[in-house]
Amino acid sequence: MNSFQFDWQAAFASIPYLLKGVPYTLMISFGGLAIGFLIGIIFGLMRISPTAWLRVPAIAYIEVFRGTPVLVQVLFIFYGLPQLIGGPIDALTAGIAAIAVNSGAYISEVVRGGVQSIERGQREAGVSLGLTRTQTFRYIIWPQGFRRMIPALGNQAIISIKDTSLFAVIGVGELVRQGQIYIATTFNALEVYLMVALMYLAITLTLSVLLRLLERKGLVGQ
Amino acid sequence: MQKTSDNPIVKMEKLNKHFGTLHVLKDVDLEVTPGEVVVIIGASGSGKSTLIRCINGLEEFQSGSLDVDGKVLLPHGKASKALQQIRTEVGMVFQQFNLFPHMTVLDNVTLAPMKVRGASRDEARQTARRLLERVGILDQADKHPSQLSGGQQQRVALARALAMEPRLMLFDEPTSALDPEMIGEVLDAMRELAREGMTMVIVTHEMNFAREVADRVIYIHKGEIVEQGKPEAVFDDPQNERTQSFLARVLTH
Repeated sequence: MNSFQFDWQAAFASIPYLLKGVPYTLMISFGGLAIGFLIGIIFGLMRISPTAWLRVPAIAYIEVFRGTPVLVQVLFIFYGLPQLIGGPIDALTAGIAAIAVNSGAYISEVVRGGVQSIERGQREAGVSLGLTRTQTFRYIIWPQGFRRMIPALGNQAIISIKDTSLFAVIGVGELVRQGQIYIATTFNALEVYLMVALMYLAITLTLSVLLRLLERKGLVGQ
Repeated sequence: MQKTSDNPIVKMEKLNKHFGTLHVLKDVDLEVTPGEVVVIIGASGSGKSTLIRCINGLEEFQSGSLDVDGKVLLPHGKASKALQQIRTEVGMVFQQFNLFPHMTVLDNVTLAPMKVRGASRDEARQTARRLLERVGILDQADKHPSQLSGGQQQRVALARALAMEPRLMLFDEPTSALDPEMIGEVLDAMRELAREGMTMVIVTHEMNFAREVADRVIYIHKGEIVEQGKPEAVFDDPQNERTQSFLARVLTH
């Protein structure tokens, strides 16, 4: 049809430039996920509390941040929040915050599911031995629940890593943004976006392998 | 410990328990004196498990009074401090064992003494080894529960409860989930415990065992204590016709 030739030279030439975006992608992903995990533990446990004033805010939080697009969330944080607080928020912080609140909502549900999946008899055995509810949770329910959460947490990590690609729109110099800048001068869209895609794949595949190892280790004694 | 041994360790009066519209326990009175072995028998759904689960607060009750080891349990699960003290002094063995699958056998047995009693690791391990030896599974101490047979798991559960040096032991159908060839080893361990003078309340379907170890047998029917007395009296000369028909059904099998 046309005489298009895939330009390997151009593809490879873009790599050093794209690699500059990787630390940002990783920082936003894992910074956001770390905070998201903390949020997930807190809100996930609030979500299963018998006390309504703990449970209701958790449900509201989960529904709001799971029910709105992460792109809208980051735009809101980056462009909207500064109007509210009267000062700018840098793009990296906005990206981390968006991943944190977004993944936090999903992880809350993962935590809830993991904790609720532990048989009632485990809690009964713990409290029957005289352990407090907190001790029973800490030594018996959580360690078992956490192991069951690992696959779902890994899944969420992979989703969040890919979500950071949307943050090119706020100008944070992550992978996609670096690709766009590079393409603006060389016009090798096909080659460069392929390289960008491969870099995401390299990150997510590495994570998949690590998770599989962790799962295998975590399942010992189950 | 300072109490005179004649004071009942469990004193239950007019206890009523509902699950929604279902009236599970009806005006149940029960006293257990220290050293006594009480066996509760009855059909499935008669409320016998619910009854012993009230004693350590795993089930709430709606009315009546319950005093365990001098501490008062209130209706609707109030007074959680007393509840925790009671649970520290009352051990329980469950039908499904409920061992902690993420810990070794030894850690299952040492957890509560360390976290609740404040025992040192060495002390707790020493006690655990002694108890595991007593129930015949010391050689499995470093395994995880899933690597053990059902009978072995239940004996670990017994050792785990005993490690807290309870003043009262509750058994909720301890052999019902076991393969027939493993029932004997668990009953043997319980038999020995009874011989040593442990106060025990046992819910079971093992009628021969009940006859042998019980000081008192209680027959419960639809949430009511219908008949109780010495095992010979209840098994050989039941007065109530419900007891008669229940025993006729279970003893022929």
